[in-house]
Amino acid sequence: MFGYYLRLAMISLKRNRILTALMVAAIALGIGMSMTSMTVLHMMGANPLSYKDDQVRRVQLDNWDKNRPWDEDNPSEPPDLMTYQDVVNLVQAHKAEHEAGFFPNVLALEPDKREIKPYMVEALFTTSGFFPIFEPPFRYGGGWSDAEDRGSARVAVINDETNDKLFGGENSVGRKLRLGGEDYTIVGVLDKWHPTPRAYHISGGAFGDPHQVFVPFTIGIEKQLVSTSNNSCFEDSEPGYQGLLASECIWVDLWVQVKDEADAQRYLSFLNNYVQEQKKAGRFPRPVNNRVRSVSEWLESQRVVGRDVRTQVWLAFAFFAVCLINTVGLLLAKFMGKAPEIGLRRAVGASKPAVFAQYLTESGLVGIAGGVLGLVLTGVGLLALRKLYAGTSIEKLAQLDWNMVGLSLLIALVASLVAGLYPTWRACQVQPATQLKTQ
Amino acid sequence: MEFRPILNALMRNKTGLLLIAAQVAITLAIVCNSVFIILQRIEKVNRPSGMDENSLFTITSLGFAPGFDLRGSIREDLEALRSIPGVVDATTINSVPLSNGGWSEGISLQSDSVPEEQRKTEGTSIYLVDEHGVNTLGVHLIAGRNFTADDVSYRTKEDKGGVSSVIVTRTLAQTLFGEENAVGKVIYSSIPGRNGPLTVVGVVERLQAPWVGWDKVEHSMLVPQYQDGEFDSSSARYLVRTEPGRRDEAMKEAERKLGEMNTGRIVRGLRSIEEVRGESYRQDRAMTVVLTTVIFSLLAVTGLGIVGMVSFWVTRRVKQIGTRRALGARRFDIRRYFMIENLIVVGIGIALGLLLTYGFNIWLMKHYELPRLSWYYAPLGALTVLLLGQLAVFGPATRATRVSPAVATRTV
Repeated sequence: MFGYYLRLAMISLKRNRILTALMVAAIALGIGMSMTSMTVLHMMGANPLSYKDDQVRRVQLDNWDKNRPWDEDNPSEPPDLMTYQDVVNLVQAHKAEHEAGFFPNVLALEPDKREIKPYMVEALFTTSGFFPIFEPPFRYGGGWSDAEDRGSARVAVINDETNDKLFGGENSVGRKLRLGGEDYTIVGVLDKWHPTPRAYHISGGAFGDPHQVFVPFTIGIEKQLVSTSNNSCFEDSEPGYQGLLASECIWVDLWVQVKDEADAQRYLSFLNNYVQEQKKAGRFPRPVNNRVRSVSEWLESQRVVGRDVRTQVWLAFAFFAVCLINTVGLLLAKFMGKAPEIGLRRAVGASKPAVFAQYLTESGLVGIAGGVLGLVLTGVGLLALRKLYAGTSIEKLAQLDWNMVGLSLLIALVASLVAGLYPTWRACQVQPATQLKTQ
Repeated sequence: MEFRPILNALMRNKTGLLLIAAQVAITLAIVCNSVFIILQRIEKVNRPSGMDENSLFTITSLGFAPGFDLRGSIREDLEALRSIPGVVDATTINSVPLSNGGWSEGISLQSDSVPEEQRKTEGTSIYLVDEHGVNTLGVHLIAGRNFTADDVSYRTKEDKGGVSSVIVTRTLAQTLFGEENAVGKVIYSSIPGRNGPLTVVGVVERLQAPWVGWDKVEHSMLVPQYQDGEFDSSSARYLVRTEPGRRDEAMKEAERKLGEMNTGRIVRGLRSIEEVRGESYRQDRAMTVVLTTVIFSLLAVTGLGIVGMVSFWVTRRVKQIGTRRALGARRFDIRRYFMIENLIVVGIGIALGLLLTYGFNIWLMKHYELPRLSWYYAPLGALTVLLLGQLAVFGPATRATRVSPAVATRTV
């Protein structure tokens, strides 16, 4: 029966090409607009570590000024980064399974090959816990040990691009890397890894590239470096690097891995005790306000999703609504115009459900055609967005994703069926007798 | 006028009326608010930064060789940059206006002796430049004097360097001192123990902060200092101003020259300010393009929707039209009928749309800190939609006028 309805629908759609084209175009435009902006929103809002949301936790301590909260607009929010001394204390206390304290800085990389000029790499100075917590895939080798951390061993993990550039993609574990005028031993080479958003280091830009080189945290301290992304102080520190390390200035990221939610609560009470201890030494003038946030909570609190993108999504859906209303109107017009035909079919014995099924098939067909065309428009839209936002974070996010393709087709089909519902119902109300009378 | 009969006829087709009115309403709300956002963005993108943007570029030197002499290299680099043909002047600078990365600090009229809770502070961006800063930026000094070589000090990890004179922008001066002359006045940094009192020696007309989205973007302060390895051991950023039209050649020359002078460092970050501006405002520009696309597509969809619906109504009313023609209605009357009908339907849509427009605006005000919609947007938007409706109905209405009176006699 369905095949028959499909054939009838095709004939009917062909008969009034302009009206059909208008309906398909309306749905396609609506799908194109909304899916384009949804794709960007979806990518921005993604959580690259969702599978470890219970375990990976962002640590925040409120060490800010007595009189001024960290965020004037949101006074209950603790600072987003940590002081050097707190990171060192918490990493040394080792009350979680793993701890990753880190900050970025740039180092000059001098390749062995003379034909490659020295260039700057953004290195992450991190404790060894980074690798088990964020689980970047290794192509060769692995991370380094706690002992190497403590001894400021000259070891480095490099990413695939750096390995391709310097060593032609070979297994470079054990080879030397000249960084900032010193030799480091490569212990690991990462495979392709591009967490989007870059959840581990939001303060350096949520959609930045992952770091190219990873070296032990203590080396950065030894070299007297600070973060190249963000440094905030509410009061001036004592002069010199030691003064900075002892200050309340925040510039280090700290993540821990716990077992589960209960363990996270236990870790939070450990933090609260720690802050109480520190209060005795005259630090932490504000009320105790610590956080152990999961990655998703962290992304939410850091407002990773841009405002413009949110506005665009709202607009796109309003646009989609207009397109749907339009389609309802056009379908209604079309089906009511067929009253004589419907009357005839009813008079020769077609049941109401049969007529209903037939016209719904026709609406569905319009929806699928609109959906497919809409996908093409989504592709064009994303291409245009990549051009418009070239060089910004959105450029990288405007990629068609297979889930979104499926979702678009589904939305187009459901929307057209919903749009077709009322016109179809009206079509079924046609009284066979009245129509036949006027023939 | 056949106002009443048209209304009566419309009431018999409530669904069609409602569908068009709803489309018109949403269209009006989106178009008004989008145009509003677009104009705001255009205004933001076009405001002047205060610098001589088209003739400026920036370049960074980063030493990596052990024992790299930063102070000596800054002196040599500046000399070399200033001697490049076509270059007007050059300075060191800690961060570049419009680049979205820089420093801010709180400043206050009261010193440390006033308890912090009672001090009123103002945020401002900080630019560390030398005595060539004002000339290089191309900002206009409207009061007081420029820095001299004696004002300039070094700022290192150990020593923040004594600063006693600063230059502020007019907007910052007005915020701090109102209409009083700012030159000679003393201000303090809100950061305890920093730099003692600072004397305002000059006021520049305008210089924007690095963050284009900041609400105090006109608050800037020039501080006469060289940075000597305060954050990392060996980097220096330069800003260079050229004669009009000679920027690109000077950029190439600057990169070559600095690269050859010293092999113990890397020269990077060569960018014209034009490029920097383009990147900073890219999101705003993109938003205007996206919204413009939305506006035109929406008007097109709504217009075509009206064409489709009215075409259908004409088809349904062929007999009625024929009868009216047979009874003496002129073609003009038939067209007028559809035009007035469309006016009523779109009018109802506009009434609904005005509510939506202001609702949407209130939502935007609440969540996006957008100002209230100016009063003329809604009437202008309404007029546009009304014209769109009339334009859309014109085709089908003209087709209706071609219905022959004879139709009336055919099948009754």
